[in-house]
Amino acid sequence: MPETRPSQAKSEYDVAIVGSGAGGGQMAYTLTLAGLKCVLLEAGRAYHPDTETAMFQRRDQAPLMGVSTPDKDFGFHDATVDGGWDVPNEPYTQASKKDEEQFWWWRARMLGGRTNHWGRISLRNGPYDFKPHARDGLGFDWPLDYETVEPYYTKVERLIGVYGTNEGLENTPDSPDGVLLPAPKGRAAELLAQKHAKKVGVPIIPIHRAVLTKALDAETIPAKLHPGNQRAQKIVAASMRARAACFWATDCGRGCNIRANYQSTTVHLPPALATGNLDIIPDAHAREILMGRDDKATGVLFIDKTTGREERVKAKAVVIAASSGETVRILLNSRSNRSPNGLANSSGLVGKYIMDTVGADVRGHIPALENLPPHNEDGAGGSHFYAPWWLYQQQLAGKLDFARGYHIEMGGTRRMPGGGLPVAADLVRGAYGTRLKEDARRYYGASFGLACRGEMIPNEHSFAELDPNVKDKWGIPVVRWHWRWSDQELNMATHAVKTFTSIIEAMGGHVTHNAKMTGQDAIMNGGKIIHEVGGALMGADSRKSVCNEWNRTWDVKNLFLNDGSPFPSNADKNPTLTIMALAWRTADHIIAEARKGNL
Amino acid sequence: MKINTESRLPRRDVLKWFASVTAATQLNPVGGLTLTAATSTPGTKGYGTDPDLAGHYQPGDFWPLTLTENQRRIAIALADLILPQDHLGPAASELRVVDYLDEWISAPYPRQVNDRREILPGLDWLEKESQRRFTKGFSALNAEQMRQVVDDICWPPDARPQHKQAAAFFQTFRSIAAGAYYATEPGWKAIGYVGNEALISFNGPPQEVLDQLGVEQTVKSGPIIQTGGFE
Repeated sequence: MPETRPSQAKSEYDVAIVGSGAGGGQMAYTLTLAGLKCVLLEAGRAYHPDTETAMFQRRDQAPLMGVSTPDKDFGFHDATVDGGWDVPNEPYTQASKKDEEQFWWWRARMLGGRTNHWGRISLRNGPYDFKPHARDGLGFDWPLDYETVEPYYTKVERLIGVYGTNEGLENTPDSPDGVLLPAPKGRAAELLAQKHAKKVGVPIIPIHRAVLTKALDAETIPAKLHPGNQRAQKIVAASMRARAACFWATDCGRGCNIRANYQSTTVHLPPALATGNLDIIPDAHAREILMGRDDKATGVLFIDKTTGREERVKAKAVVIAASSGETVRILLNSRSNRSPNGLANSSGLVGKYIMDTVGADVRGHIPALENLPPHNEDGAGGSHFYAPWWLYQQQLAGKLDFARGYHIEMGGTRRMPGGGLPVAADLVRGAYGTRLKEDARRYYGASFGLACRGEMIPNEHSFAELDPNVKDKWGIPVVRWHWRWSDQELNMATHAVKTFTSIIEAMGGHVTHNAKMTGQDAIMNGGKIIHEVGGALMGADSRKSVCNEWNRTWDVKNLFLNDGSPFPSNADKNPTLTIMALAWRTADHIIAEARKGNL
Repeated sequence: MKINTESRLPRRDVLKWFASVTAATQLNPVGGLTLTAATSTPGTKGYGTDPDLAGHYQPGDFWPLTLTENQRRIAIALADLILPQDHLGPAASELRVVDYLDEWISAPYPRQVNDRREILPGLDWLEKESQRRFTKGFSALNAEQMRQVVDDICWPPDARPQHKQAAAFFQTFRSIAAGAYYATEPGWKAIGYVGNEALISFNGPPQEVLDQLGVEQTVKSGPIIQTGGFE
């Protein structure tokens, strides 16, 4: 992928975009295909999935059998480079020393951001998810509803390719006919869970993931995505033809050099570059938004990490899609006489209401899965099934002690082994010799895990601000996190642990990890699920929100936030698909404004 | 349709791999690895946050290995006792399990440094205990004698107080050794992992698996079944 050095940048662009992940990638795609000249700043290095992806590499071909280390948090073959819980030269701080008040901040520092390694789970928010306050009186409503966003969910699904089924379940939207790709077959443990979870009332259905289970229809989809734009259709068709269908091997977290799954670097950026309208500047660490005298943004000030020098790009409009924490950092560091508390912060709400997803898991041993005939379960390189939240009516009737839902992700263990004892030590006890090898074969694949992915309600105690003392290598003040779960989330985690125990027992098994835990014990630290959203909420009232329904900041008319930062709520549905849908919608708005000469 | 990963290697990686193997073999013939027998401190630098992910590596590529000849001999004997040659596959030594163990305990990362503090004294204990009981080093014991020593430490809850530390060592050693054994293709075969090969289609579990579990495949092939609609 061609890169641009700061010295080669054009004197002015239509739009400068900070961040190259789901939001920045979608923005670059939509704007450049419509003919706008864009520059994309990425804080990490350039990344070339075609040559850098570990596809069939075995664990014995990786250092330490590929296990996670502080250098590679998700294992050696995970696509992430230069990112993780700690990023060299770019510290962040915690307001509290208490373990339960830590916020774990996972950052990507590579072209494509977090999209290179994510789970590809692509769930639409449902109608309730845009109006949660109207439903239960907690949190905030979006200034948008499902019907408004729906066409953009459909566009994104058609572009990136999402497998799954339409099940017609409550607040779990179906896609229009013909949009989803075929769901992959259920694996042994998933089918067993599906059958027995019915006994405890939990519906397990095919999940939606951004993986091509068949090639995209390059003949018809481009015209649906870009009606009347022949050039865009041609470019997008070529890009779709360059993507192969999944060959049912290698985890999606490694990335995909046949482009069978969605990554910004394989789906959004190649067609954007093919327009000739996009310049990508990697190693560009955004410091602040440059402002003109008319309260409009004029560009971005950044550090070229390769030289350590300050550089500037100029643009008629600016999009920040850098992740909630980074967006807060950039806005709060963009201080001037006219905005002493940071840019777009007249409401004082920049940094407030940071949310993550409630995570808690339970694992069990399932005797029925012992000694299964060996068979290939690599599948689509991630989950095939999940359980959407199923107790909306009970919540409405006030029967639960938490207000929002969680979905259940799940998985068996008939995966590529290595890196540690492949079965639980409690099962094989002191075995060694041939007995150990026979036991390992017997128990391999008989472990089954269930994970809660639940909605956190925004609260006053979870927010990001600038640390008054700590600065990064380039002298830029860093983010300090404040974090607290409320009883809503703790009660949800308690419920999840009980439910998962029931499912494992219904499968004839027993819990081996996190048995009988309370929500307080079982809930994972904030940030650990890496669904950080909020910090610059959108709303209908400029005094009570940072952005309007177009992701445009109220204070700066040509500044847009297109990561998760404007989310007023964090539904249990993973945020990526919604980030992309809203980015496409914002891009259409910017294009319309540009055509009216308003940029 | 199995894709041979070796043939997919970029030429520069093949050259790099050959160079590293050649260099290692020339330096020390034992196991084809760079042995720094005299040193006993682990490496200070890891592979960094930006290693070549598509590379093919072997123990010793990123930091020097540190087991002494004698430690290696004990470790090989113990690994082969834990993972012997049998109807399920080759012995640990044939799969170079101790090279991976050596890489592990020589690594600079906190978890591995911690394991090193357990593994090295554990190997030492095995040797001394064998000398005490049989006046021979562990690797010189016959299988029955080895079992007598190992049976005392193979499961911590059953170990006598004076063996608790050695029992903890055994668990860690077994986990690393099994982790390396099952990371290899013969290990996959031994445990029943099938995969890491390109397929035209994914058909789910075979019928005999479904029958054994008493389940049906609920995702049908062909057009997606619409069981309800939102619009």
